[in-house]
Amino acid sequence: MNAVYVLWIRQLKRYVRSRARIVGALGQPLLYLLAFGLGFGPTFAKAGEGSYIQFLVPGVIGMSILFTALFSGIDLIWDRQFGFLKETLVAPVPRLMIMIGRTLGGATVAVMQGLIVVVLCLLVGFRPADWGAWPLALVYMGLIAVMFTALGTAVASVLEDFQGFQLVMSFLVMPVFFMSGALFPLGNAIRPIRVIASLNPLSYGVDGLRGALTGGGYHFGATLDLVVMCTLTACLLALGTYLFSRVQL
Amino acid sequence: MIQATNLSKRFGELEAVRDITFQVKEGEIFAFLGPNGAGKTTTIKMLTTLLKPTSGSVRIDGLDPVTDQHRARKRFGIVFQDPSLDDELTAYENMEFHGLLYNVPRRARQAGIERLLRLFELWDRRHDVVKHFSGGMRRRLEIARGLLHTPRILFLDEPTLGLDPQTRNQLWSHVRRLNEDQRVTVFLTTHYMEEAERVAERIAIIDHGRIVAQGSPQELKEQTKAETLEQAFLALTGTTIRDEDASSVDQMRNIARMWTRRRR
Repeated sequence: MNAVYVLWIRQLKRYVRSRARIVGALGQPLLYLLAFGLGFGPTFAKAGEGSYIQFLVPGVIGMSILFTALFSGIDLIWDRQFGFLKETLVAPVPRLMIMIGRTLGGATVAVMQGLIVVVLCLLVGFRPADWGAWPLALVYMGLIAVMFTALGTAVASVLEDFQGFQLVMSFLVMPVFFMSGALFPLGNAIRPIRVIASLNPLSYGVDGLRGALTGGGYHFGATLDLVVMCTLTACLLALGTYLFSRVQL
Repeated sequence: MIQATNLSKRFGELEAVRDITFQVKEGEIFAFLGPNGAGKTTTIKMLTTLLKPTSGSVRIDGLDPVTDQHRARKRFGIVFQDPSLDDELTAYENMEFHGLLYNVPRRARQAGIERLLRLFELWDRRHDVVKHFSGGMRRRLEIARGLLHTPRILFLDEPTLGLDPQTRNQLWSHVRRLNEDQRVTVFLTTHYMEEAERVAERIAIIDHGRIVAQGSPQELKEQTKAETLEQAFLALTGTTIRDEDASSVDQMRNIARMWTRRRR
């Protein structure tokens, strides 16, 4: 258990100490909130879809968790070549514990980053339908965080170096974000987009988050969101653990 | 203390280590001397549970690192060729985390950290983040950390690479003192002849994955009728310059440097 704690607290300490990174990571959500939220707002309202900010906020929260979580997972690449990973791999600790500690740490950091974005959203004018919805929203935030930290770890376990990193960015992170219904309602989208979105795990996370925060307004439905998220998180955790267990130095 | 028997490691076509056999006695300082790419690091990795041998066997303090990984891991401390500290943590935190990973009880941990940080003259800087440390300080911290769980064997993989002569000198006195005071068995790799000669009681010279000679520095010189260990070394390994296969690692280091700069 010590190992899980060590790796968890390590991620937290590193996060809290890198203030520049925390602030830097807020730029993108803020940009989306302002440029898209305020820019598209009137058009969105004219189309009879209500307030765009209300719609967009769960998507932006989902995005910042997605980014932070994936990068925490991918941090493994560096730890592997330059640092701490060797220290943990020669320690008398099972790989599974290392994986759990890392993932929990990465996910906690991602949720914290998400919570900062929540505050930002409240400042921009977002109002949740019901304050009692936060616990459920937190569950979704946690699921998105664990899921993508595990995915990041899985990817980093396979990638040998940073050469593949840009590939991951362009073909994984960005498509997952854009094709998730984070930015636009899936209900009105053309069929191919809907099909792609329904294959995208983040869609269910954002949908659940949106449903919880705006009081209804689910695209897939509350039960389906939760079931898909839990199942996929478990699968990705298993995959991440398996791939990580095969990492050799 | 360490026994390797007919140890081999292949990576696909490449035979990095070929059928080596050697023994390190308890309390001894044993050096693995060889040119770049000779198989030194691969051997250390096999001894320290990080790589499975393709064939042959290893015993670490009587334990098999392949089948008895956990118990074997508690018996040794290791200082890697590349740094393995967490840059963004303080010296104390790096020590503390190591103690937790190795399940060192709280009291022993705190006492041990203080003793070792004082020994390696890092106590005053214990609350500083490691990224502000010099190369020598990092090395000292790594060695201090490797000793926190009171291992019986200390592995040092090219521990003085890139250090200035003062720091090297200091580092070796620390290592020798540990060996004398606490009977810690030391297994080190180096390609600096004078270091091997100065600190090691016995030396194995490895080249192209094979041990070409082993014995005390004196014996090696006699064997090759050389006056210095360097001549003995060249007589045994030839004078061709080896290409170090480090290009991919260097490349990554550059990318990482770029990346961390961008991040911070």
